[in-house]
Amino acid sequence: MGKKTPLFERHKSLGAKMADFGGWDMPIHYGSQIEEHHAVRREAGVFDVSHMTVVELHGSGGLAYLDRLLANDIGRVKNFGQAMYSAMLNESGGILDDLIVYATGDPYLVVVNCATREKDLAWMRQVAAGYECEVVERPDFAILAVQGPRAVEKVKSILGRELFGANPVGKDRVALIESLKVFQGGWCDGWFISRTGYTGEKGVEIILPEDQAVTLWDSLLEAGIRPIGLGARDTLRLEAGMNLYGNDMNESVTPHESFMGNTVVLEGRDFIGADALRKQSAHDELIGLVMAGRGVVRAHYPVFSNGAQVGETTSGAFSPTLGKSIALARVSATSANMTVGIRGKMQAVECVNPPFVRNGKQVYKPRKT
Amino acid sequence: MAEFPPELRYLKSHEWAKQQGDVVVVGISDHAQDALGDVVYVELPEVKAECQAGDEIAVVESVKAASDIYAPVAGTVIEVNAMLEDSPELVNEQPYADGWFFKIKMSDSSADEGLLTAEQYQALCEAEEH
Repeated sequence: MGKKTPLFERHKSLGAKMADFGGWDMPIHYGSQIEEHHAVRREAGVFDVSHMTVVELHGSGGLAYLDRLLANDIGRVKNFGQAMYSAMLNESGGILDDLIVYATGDPYLVVVNCATREKDLAWMRQVAAGYECEVVERPDFAILAVQGPRAVEKVKSILGRELFGANPVGKDRVALIESLKVFQGGWCDGWFISRTGYTGEKGVEIILPEDQAVTLWDSLLEAGIRPIGLGARDTLRLEAGMNLYGNDMNESVTPHESFMGNTVVLEGRDFIGADALRKQSAHDELIGLVMAGRGVVRAHYPVFSNGAQVGETTSGAFSPTLGKSIALARVSATSANMTVGIRGKMQAVECVNPPFVRNGKQVYKPRKT
Repeated sequence: MAEFPPELRYLKSHEWAKQQGDVVVVGISDHAQDALGDVVYVELPEVKAECQAGDEIAVVESVKAASDIYAPVAGTVIEVNAMLEDSPELVNEQPYADGWFFKIKMSDSSADEGLLTAEQYQALCEAEEH
């Protein structure tokens, strides 16, 4: 049996199909993955992502430490609580993990992937040895992501009512949400609320003490917010052009090979992996593919340019929003004549720059070859 | 709970077969559609295609995976379910009715004798779950 989030019994009683995800028993869907996907694009849905690893960085050296640890430049983040997306690299420039760090000063708040938890913590502690910085895991937190065009208004309406004791706290939390810019978070009475997500929709992510997770979950569902499993989370993030660690990137590829070049700041910096990135010349690229014909492109399908194999897909799925199959692929070349091999048959695909979908709308553009 | 209509025959690979004279209608079981999740595409055989029992003859693609569909009997494909082209969700909604895949005219009318009964197939599914 895997690890269980505080909402495990809720998922079971909702009839979720459960599966192992990085050592956790997690809900894959609650009946229909496609309906859940549409619910997030059209209304609002809530994901239990308590399996993700929350880490705090305590000490006065947090800023210097993050400058060394991460490919993106924490020094450029000016607003309190602003989120920064970054890769964490090894000395060769390979991606150990992708993460979100919130610029909350001492302690900084970091969220990393659950599948890479042990490796990440060991690496982060090893690097921290040279800094006034202590890496503290917070397994006592749950995380709920509420996403969709109506997510923010619905969360505010719930928190505005009397929930978790005195109403002033709820009002403070509503005021916090109203004050946050997109991609910014802040603390309020033990909760960390941020305007972030993994779907390409508006929404909030709430990090809260695990013993309050069930109460918040029940209130969100009562307000008509639909529970969403990790199946729809994957198709939503793929439509949003967001990488999944282990699929679209790993230790053998750099950010520049992973459509993450814009999250790397090399100038004047000495982060781990920077020298390797400076030496990297020609490299593969991660691109988006859209298939006009019927069928489904999945991960690890061969990709061809003018009939010669140039790489393979790293993620692929049927896009419920677009009604056709989309994929990410790592390739050495592109052309106007790209195909994917599906069970031995060549299927024409269009090369595009991700994202595919934002805020419920098709947004992808043809890629120049 | 998944349904296992007693009048049908089944394959270990989760197809059902319904004999109507010398024609066998084929689909996938309720248990199979539930395990696959939402079906998004069905690659059907060509009409007039000939097959042997056990041939990979179609593919069902769900949100989760691509799965091969095997011919339960030898014969010739005489009809495919064109409704699945625009409405693959019929496989989830009505696996034993409008969600059928194709019809095979059997080359040997006693050919489906090796298939599982509903009882045998249900026992197999329950064993898989434990």
